[in-house]
Amino acid sequence: MTDATLPTVVIADATEENPWARAWRRLKRRKGAMVGLVVVTLFVLLALFAPLIVPYDPIATSWSAVRKPPSWAHWLGTDEVGRDVLSRVIWGARASLSAGLVSVGIALGIGVPLGLLAGYAGGWIDAVLSRIVDAMLAVPFLILAIALAAFLGPSLSNAMIAIGVTATPIFVRLTRGQTLAAKVEDYVEAARAVGNPHWRIALRHVLPNIVPPLLVQASLAIAGAIIAEAALSFLGLGQQPPAPSWGSMLNSAQRFIAQAPWMAFWPGFAIFFAVLSFNLLGDGLRDALDPRHK
Amino acid sequence: MLAFLTQRLLQIIPTLILVSMLIFGLQQLLPGDPALIMAGEERDPKVLEEIRQQYRLNEPIPVQYFYWMKGVLSGNLGESMRLKSSVASLVAEKLPVTLQLAGMAIIVALGIGIPAGIISAVKKDTAWDYGANIFALWGISTPNFWLGILMIFLFSVTLGWLPASGYVRLGEDWRASLATTVMPAFVLGNAIAAVLMRHTRSAMMQAMGADYVRTARAKGLYERRVVLKHALRNAMTPVITLGALEFGTLLSGAVLTEQIFTIPGFGKLIVDAVFNRDYAVVQGVVLVTATTYIVLNLLADVAYMLVNPRLRG
Repeated sequence: MTDATLPTVVIADATEENPWARAWRRLKRRKGAMVGLVVVTLFVLLALFAPLIVPYDPIATSWSAVRKPPSWAHWLGTDEVGRDVLSRVIWGARASLSAGLVSVGIALGIGVPLGLLAGYAGGWIDAVLSRIVDAMLAVPFLILAIALAAFLGPSLSNAMIAIGVTATPIFVRLTRGQTLAAKVEDYVEAARAVGNPHWRIALRHVLPNIVPPLLVQASLAIAGAIIAEAALSFLGLGQQPPAPSWGSMLNSAQRFIAQAPWMAFWPGFAIFFAVLSFNLLGDGLRDALDPRHK
Repeated sequence: MLAFLTQRLLQIIPTLILVSMLIFGLQQLLPGDPALIMAGEERDPKVLEEIRQQYRLNEPIPVQYFYWMKGVLSGNLGESMRLKSSVASLVAEKLPVTLQLAGMAIIVALGIGIPAGIISAVKKDTAWDYGANIFALWGISTPNFWLGILMIFLFSVTLGWLPASGYVRLGEDWRASLATTVMPAFVLGNAIAAVLMRHTRSAMMQAMGADYVRTARAKGLYERRVVLKHALRNAMTPVITLGALEFGTLLSGAVLTEQIFTIPGFGKLIVDAVFNRDYAVVQGVVLVTATTYIVLNLLADVAYMLVNPRLRG
């Protein structure tokens, strides 16, 4: 037998690309996702450095500057009590982004452990948790959030809790489904065979392997949470005046739409761009983290 | 088919019981004495005692739930503290208004979403496809309360074509009724149109690659006939059933849309009840909404079963 007839043996490259590096490389190729990421980063920077960049105090009223159209002094105009719209839009990013992140954090914090438990333990625990999830999903998202916020009382933190609790069942269902699929994989069987306790298998072997779909869902859920927070604040159940939030700014803008339309344009554009960016990023992450996509 | 229906009906019973527990449980979130909060400005001890008696607040929670549920099953959803009227009659009065709005919104959603989805799938990777995808992204990212305000600014304030708010019943004057509901219907239908467009696009792309479409083309049929008669008919099944699940979006959207356009429907009822601390109305409306949503999901499942011959067997 000569060398030429020997079958080619492919040896796994010792420097095989890390899955996260591969996902990042794929994400970079998607223009929409990158635009989303840049805009999200911009909003985060605006929210973090709001006190340093705002031209005026966002709650300082000025009776000499009531409902002034955009000018050099006030780039986006002023509102019904003379507050600078630009400063309020920038500060509003704090309420919206923190509502998006905190409520999705709550949903992940409750939903992922419960989903892991339901999917891994199975049996009656799974049956009970799944029925509760079905019941919560039977009430339309915003209606449940409004009802919860109404009973908890109007405030930004209660709105975050209401949105977080309402978004939880999606994460329970997703985690449960992914856990069911992961727990029959060979690496989980192997972990079980060497005598790992159940909690360790669930946390060290199952959980890290179901992170990608959770990440995609989380980025899309942040978009939903930003709209929900704006909706609750618009209805008066979220951020309370005079503290600025995009939803409550739209609420007061509605009453002055004929006299001062600029009051409605900018907070609306801010919500639109923030939600659009998270949606674009979520769509991009879905493709980048999907092993079927090259 | 009967076995399937029985199985699905049995499945929704525990869900409905849990939904009722969840909605009843909301009352337990009220900080402090619920009677005091429900009474609002009224601090008369006699009134407070009446409320405690009416809602059996002195009884243990499971007993309170039992009596509440007993009332619900006999059609008694409680009494509005503010409007001094039964919640069931309030729901019956407001529901037709929201249903009219929802019906019109569905027409808007179907009228925009399905043609956009077809064009996007048939003309994949062209300017039409990109345009339709941009529309879908715009639809799902635009808060409907902002879109409502912008439409009021354009069509009522600037052009003066449509009334900014108010509602006229269809039976009273159909032209005025349409004039007052066309903007809110568009606002409500816009987000659903975006979702329908995405479903239609993916279902049509799948159908266009199927063998029966290739056969239809091989027979020499016109492309228009291949798309509309062969591909679309098969692609519509998942689109319609997935579309039925958008009912939740419709009801959530109605809460905000009715608030902006001052339409006295179901959504406005819940918001007014929230601000007047009329908790029985909040619970009643949420319960009716959830039950309707569950029943619609069941109907969507049945419809899917009926139109899909492979599942019927």
